[in-house]
Amino acid sequence: MTTTTATKQRYLGDNPRFLAGLFMSPAVLYIIALVGFPFVLAIIYAFTDISTGNPELEFVGWATFRRVLADPVFREALWNTFLFAVIANVMVVVLATALAEILVRDFKGKWLVRFLVLLPWVAPVSLATITWLWTLDSIFSPIDWVLRQLGLITENMYWLGQPGTAMTSVIAVQTWRIVPLAAVIVMAGLIAIPSDITDAVAVDGAGFWRRMFQVTIPLLAPIIAVAVLFGLILTISDMSVVYVLTRGGPTNSTQVLSTWAFIKGIEGGALAQGAAVALFLLPVLIAITAIVLRLARRREVM
Amino acid sequence: MAVVEVRGLRKEFGDVTAVDGVDLQSEEGEFLVLLGPSGCGKTTLLRMIAGLEQPTEGEIMLGGEDVSGLPPRARRIAMVFQSYALYPHMTVANNIAFPLKAQGMDPEERTKKVEWAAGLFGIERLLQRRPRQLSGGERQRVALARALVREPTVFLLDEPLSNLDAKLRAAARDDLMEFQRRIGITTIYVTHDQVEAMGMGDRIAVMNHGKVRQLGTPEEVYHHPADVFVAQFLGSPPMNLLETPTYVFGFRPEQFLPEGIAESEGTRVPFTFHVNRIEYLGSERYLYGYIREYDETRVIAMLPATVTLPIAIDQDHKFSVAKDQLRFFDFDDGHKIAQQTLMR
Amino acid sequence: MTWGDTDIQTLQRQADRRRQWGRFGLYAGAILFAFLAAFPFSWALISMFKQSNDLYVKENNPFWFNEAPTLEHMRLLFLDTNYLTFITNTIFVGLVVTAITLLIALPAAYALARLRLRWGERLGIAIFLVYLIPPTLLFIPMTRVITSLGLQESLWSLILVYPTITIPISAWLLMGFFKGIPMDLEEQAMVDGHSRIGAIARVVLPLMFPGIIAVTVFAFTLASHEFIYALAFNKSSAVKTIATGVPTELIRGDVFFWQSLQGAVILIAIPIALIFNAFLDRFIKGFTMGAVKG
Repeated sequence: MTTTTATKQRYLGDNPRFLAGLFMSPAVLYIIALVGFPFVLAIIYAFTDISTGNPELEFVGWATFRRVLADPVFREALWNTFLFAVIANVMVVVLATALAEILVRDFKGKWLVRFLVLLPWVAPVSLATITWLWTLDSIFSPIDWVLRQLGLITENMYWLGQPGTAMTSVIAVQTWRIVPLAAVIVMAGLIAIPSDITDAVAVDGAGFWRRMFQVTIPLLAPIIAVAVLFGLILTISDMSVVYVLTRGGPTNSTQVLSTWAFIKGIEGGALAQGAAVALFLLPVLIAITAIVLRLARRREVM
Repeated sequence: MAVVEVRGLRKEFGDVTAVDGVDLQSEEGEFLVLLGPSGCGKTTLLRMIAGLEQPTEGEIMLGGEDVSGLPPRARRIAMVFQSYALYPHMTVANNIAFPLKAQGMDPEERTKKVEWAAGLFGIERLLQRRPRQLSGGERQRVALARALVREPTVFLLDEPLSNLDAKLRAAARDDLMEFQRRIGITTIYVTHDQVEAMGMGDRIAVMNHGKVRQLGTPEEVYHHPADVFVAQFLGSPPMNLLETPTYVFGFRPEQFLPEGIAESEGTRVPFTFHVNRIEYLGSERYLYGYIREYDETRVIAMLPATVTLPIAIDQDHKFSVAKDQLRFFDFDDGHKIAQQTLMR
Repeated sequence: MTWGDTDIQTLQRQADRRRQWGRFGLYAGAILFAFLAAFPFSWALISMFKQSNDLYVKENNPFWFNEAPTLEHMRLLFLDTNYLTFITNTIFVGLVVTAITLLIALPAAYALARLRLRWGERLGIAIFLVYLIPPTLLFIPMTRVITSLGLQESLWSLILVYPTITIPISAWLLMGFFKGIPMDLEEQAMVDGHSRIGAIARVVLPLMFPGIIAVTVFAFTLASHEFIYALAFNKSSAVKTIATGVPTELIRGDVFFWQSLQGAVILIAIPIALIFNAFLDRFIKGFTMGAVKG
């Protein structure tokens, strides 16, 4: 069958299998080289005691993990990460669903409302957080000024200076930032609900709340799951908000795993410990992704 | 020499066999229709001839040359898709010129060719428009002009009329026929619409479950169906089929006439027809009922409006079929068999 | 059953009232959300024009110009800081990242959408999952990789790494756009005398323009947002992007140049938000196309 091989070679540009390999390989190679390789390296680091001062790869078994676990700051950061993710995402789901319900409707000034509402998400995180840093300033906070004018407080709140209010602030700012993204995702889901279902419900005479809880939310459940997936990954892994607002302070009371990994690994030079801290995120993220994707798939949306 | 010839062609998608051993030869300049219900493999067969699908097995010859393994562009074919697939980002002129550009024809000759093709279809005034500014009929003409401009050896059409509304469809069919006769180019036309197939085809290949069940002229496939599938697929309403213990026989509804209307009584086979329901459709009357002795099977008779004889419902009537209009099929495999004496 | 006129009128009045309450709730909700979202930005917007002896008086009304507004701090921002460098750096990174992303994600998305790969669906989901791997997991080894390549303290470190984030999501987005282009067009081009690659270049790519725009917007968004890698790789001011440059360079020790800082934020956030808003509907469409038809 020499002719067949000859024709095949002549028409390589038409061979789907050849093209598939040609088209996929740059993406696959790029991802393997710059995601896969560093990922393996992260795992290797966690079993050594590598640091910027001692760049030798010397395996120490589980010693690095033991040291990390023994550190009270790490335990604080682990607990904070959990608290942070749960509280922020509960608020995100509630607020984002409400916001999406508003944004799919027609009303005057919708363009402006959409623009303002999206600002927290589309503005670069670190910059958006700076506006809060200034809003929560220990002396010149306009929130404190209003509270003082109303006679509710006499002394300033020192929002970012005390453990309790600092944690509240950090969670609030993170929620503030993620709600727009989650709302946009939920909006996509709302738009995708066939209008004959909404029409049928309207004809049945269901009121707003019944419509919301019996039709809209069950239909939206899978897309809300996707929004939660993004929300969780952001709250667990993103360090910008905490880093810019408090750097984990005061005295590590807002420290989370991502900031702790950065402070340990990059600023402190303890690469192995930083990698080990970051790796604690991995099982959590895998579990979340698996659960949420399974939920979403079962509802046949993804 | 056959312009298009396929031998033992098979195509499997996973465990689904779309085309299951098809042998087919088209004759020079003929209009060959591939007719069948959706999913019968007709479009897959056409796409294999075009080179858009690779056959699992079998050979495709175009103009006597084996083209298996050649990509579409090397086959000197033209194809019109159901959607017309006009390039939305190009003007009509550029759409028509597109195959010529691919050949590397020089611009001057190209312009001439485009004008010639546009002239054939009367679309010269549309040349600077974009596809979205055209009506359905105009789109079809542009698609045809683009297909023709390259002067292909074969013309492949995949349900080109199904996107048009009923009124336009009749006109477009006339256009298409007239153009094909004039150019005399071999054409393979896929459709699921038997009216189109009967009206346009020089020959019809009736397909089902990936196989060609019958290949013949419209008269042959209509009056001498090769098996019960063809008998029931063609004709509206379809052929009446009745089972005896050893074979199946059938007749067309328009052949089933009340006694006294039909001439030459001697050569006719009489039946007792119990009529349940009558539909008046203006130009004809449909009688629904059953024949005594074959009570389970519904039978339809179609009387032209010229037969004004009153027929009462829920009563037995004497009807008959000319002997040579009865068709007989094997009880087991449904294939056509020779004339039988009707057992009573 | 027949209804009296009064019954119908009562029902209508009830329905009207309910509708009015619904409208009221809608506007109240919209205003509340807009206020909460925009509040810190509005405070920033006012601050950036305030004189220092107005801003730094604890008892002054923060929402009012107690002294005449001034552009002095904007002048400081543009002339005495590296703000413009940060902006040009960000744009440069955004441009190159866009180019790399398109070069790699377009073919991959095409293959996933069109070439009937046996492992296509699984690969599509795998690619999407790569997007979910956060930089937090990778930045420590990545810093070592960048250092050993000699790319630290250079914009090329970011250019090399950002496509790991943009490629997966762009491939997913573009897959949706590819699926939106009828297969017939491509096959027609192949029948009309082109190879598959020729058909893609002449017919498919010109129709991908909206998808290419979406990827560009996304790459620029990332270049202006990304914080961890930018913070870990580049410490000198000349190679910082706005995301790291503004918070680290305009805050010097304990001295905050608050007006300039807020101006820096506003001047970036508003244009980005405007562009993003213009493309939002298209993003939603692209995203759901990738998901629903996948």
